[in-house]
Amino acid sequence: MPDAIVLSEFAGIGMPDWVDALIRLVFIVALMTLNTLALIYLERKVLARFQARVGPTRTGPVGILQSAADALKLLTKEDVRPHSADRWVFELAVFFVFVPVFLMFIPIPFTETWFIRDLELGFLYVFAVLGLNIVGVIMAGWGSDNKYALLGGIRAAAQAISYELPMLLAAAGVVMIAAGHLLDAGLVGGALNLNTIVDQQRTTPYILLQPLGFVIFMIGALAEMHRPPFDMPVAESEVVGGYFVEYSGIRWSMFFLAEYTGLFLMVMLGSTVFLGGWNFPFGADAGLGWQIVLTLAKASAMIFVLFWLRAMFPRLRIDQLMAFSWKVLLPFALLQVLANGIILAYGGPDWVVGLVSLALLVSLVALIYVLVRAKAGGDSIHLEPARPRLVTSTEVASGD
Amino acid sequence: MAEQVVMTEPVAVEREFQTVDMNINMGPQHPSTHGVFRMVLTVDGEVVKDVIPYIGYLHRGAEKLSESLDYRGSLGFQDRTDYLAAFCNEWVHVNATERLAGIEAPERAEYVRLILSELNRVLSHLMFAGAFGTDVGFFGTAFTWAFKERELIQDYFEAVTGDRMMYNYFRVGGLAWEPHETFVEDGHWLVERLRAGVEDLDALMTRNEIMIARCRDVGLLSAEDAVNHGVTGPMLRASGVAFDLRVDEPYSIYDRFEWDIPVGDRGDVYDRFLVRMEEMRQSLRIVEQALDQMPTSGPVVAEGLPTRLRPAPAEIYQRQEGPRGEYGIYMVSDGSDKPWRMKVRSPCFHNLSALKQMTIGSYIADAVIILGSVDIVLGEVDR
Repeated sequence: MPDAIVLSEFAGIGMPDWVDALIRLVFIVALMTLNTLALIYLERKVLARFQARVGPTRTGPVGILQSAADALKLLTKEDVRPHSADRWVFELAVFFVFVPVFLMFIPIPFTETWFIRDLELGFLYVFAVLGLNIVGVIMAGWGSDNKYALLGGIRAAAQAISYELPMLLAAAGVVMIAAGHLLDAGLVGGALNLNTIVDQQRTTPYILLQPLGFVIFMIGALAEMHRPPFDMPVAESEVVGGYFVEYSGIRWSMFFLAEYTGLFLMVMLGSTVFLGGWNFPFGADAGLGWQIVLTLAKASAMIFVLFWLRAMFPRLRIDQLMAFSWKVLLPFALLQVLANGIILAYGGPDWVVGLVSLALLVSLVALIYVLVRAKAGGDSIHLEPARPRLVTSTEVASGD
Repeated sequence: MAEQVVMTEPVAVEREFQTVDMNINMGPQHPSTHGVFRMVLTVDGEVVKDVIPYIGYLHRGAEKLSESLDYRGSLGFQDRTDYLAAFCNEWVHVNATERLAGIEAPERAEYVRLILSELNRVLSHLMFAGAFGTDVGFFGTAFTWAFKERELIQDYFEAVTGDRMMYNYFRVGGLAWEPHETFVEDGHWLVERLRAGVEDLDALMTRNEIMIARCRDVGLLSAEDAVNHGVTGPMLRASGVAFDLRVDEPYSIYDRFEWDIPVGDRGDVYDRFLVRMEEMRQSLRIVEQALDQMPTSGPVVAEGLPTRLRPAPAEIYQRQEGPRGEYGIYMVSDGSDKPWRMKVRSPCFHNLSALKQMTIGSYIADAVIILGSVDIVLGEVDR
């Protein structure tokens, strides 16, 4: 792997480390903002198409400036703090949500050579930092002194704790395989480096070896980012926005910034770990330009799927959400780790790993299907959703 | 002398971990209370232990106002009680007045009334499906899909009556004017379109796994409880009682058509949803038959109507099957040109009385969909 090109070398000027670091930070903030504006606009447009609408059209050509206008409006709005709110908890909560997401950017490889820092334990780091933002969410829920916010905050905490586990385990399967490959190549360690994980996928993206892992990871990411169908913490029709409910203006927009950046980072992580990041699938080498296109294209495809899910699914209930994580996803994630361990320990080939994972995925889907159909049908044995009994009108009239 | 207690070692005090129930105020400005309804939930964590509903935010005194207007003049209030079933309510009002005054509407008018009312039922159920979808958590998709179809019905109504919601089209003794020339052709086209639309919604919502997981066995209401609460309409039928005023107390020309009554056998939220979906299909069946049978020409207003209606002193209770259940009007005439008393029996008000029983013990999220499954229109509850 070539050495990382630091931003300061682009300008051809040597600069001290702290200037270099500052430039990188500015780069992240700019990316976060622009990315959020773009994602909000795209989400509105995509959802609109699913919902037989056209979405924003008035601001700029095809409404492209809508997010910018919204952002401007939010920045100029009054920053309201409820009288009874716990002042510091309420005000600092935003940063406790924002900063971890910000920090998550650091090890994500956009191309082979473009990242903020090439962390040796990047994989672990991302998950560790991710867990931190729940502190901010609980602070927001508690500090607002609002019952809806409290419910939302507690829901979010329960949800994050439940879904981080299967998600991490699902991704750990990939690390096991990567470590195995590295060992074959005579290297020890490095399997937790995100860029190395991508590098290992030059021939086969890990989604083919760990389809179950990919699905669990995506479900976990949805839950982690409070996206439908796991959006109970912010459910509009139940807790009216959850922990956001008392926030306005710039603080609210920072929550949103964190939310959408988190979404982007999750799909970036997914594309890095499972879809082969900056690689062409199956071998061909990609130049620098292609690498960035590939990374973003894979991320965009995943984001589109997330938007699609949002349009097509209602939300689960909180107890069903927890049960789904602990009783279904976690055992399956553990099974996959176990299977990977056994196969790799005996030196089984890659395709066996992939096949076992696929079999587990199929059984997961079958299990969900059977469970839900059983619930729908009750005692009846057929799997059609229960239809109401039809009584012909003459029957009723004659004597019921 | 009090006994002296010598403490030799710290005594572990056994104290149960105390939790406090929380009161949550939902409404009157909550997105899922369907208007200005307010309920105060007492929750233990996420589980609802008690619910107190408050109504009356939309009270406009329509009943009292009707007493100061003549029989024809108060018709407009019926559009505004249940604004999603305006035709059905208008029909009850004109039928009650006609019975009181001994007037009979011509056959053609009856057909038009029936077609419009049944389409109004479809409109109302579409609105239910959309709003219910939002309650369950479809991010607006069910809502817009349902509204897309509702829009077509409204266009049709606008073509007939000139208005999209507050039609004021039925008259004592007939209709205000002839329906437009392409009434029948447009109707057939509309029925075909709506059939496809209902199937679309069905594909989106009915078989969705999460939808089933959320709605099955939630908000159970037994047939006995439903009857005791005075529940009517789709909610009663979902609880397993095949009671429909269109067949059990036939009025107008309903005996000329063939259709079925959907009846649920569990009485949960999912059954209520399925019953309403099926009712839309059945209503479209009725409309199609009515469009075929409708006389092509003939008067739409009875002849020789008096300018001022002065029914002989009498009282009357006319009840008909609205989209939400039994909508009844009780009228007392004292011989003058204004009703001495007019009382509206609103189905939602009675259906809502079962809310508490259905909700206690469920989750907060369930409370939302249970309320959604009652399908309330606050304008009609509060009148």
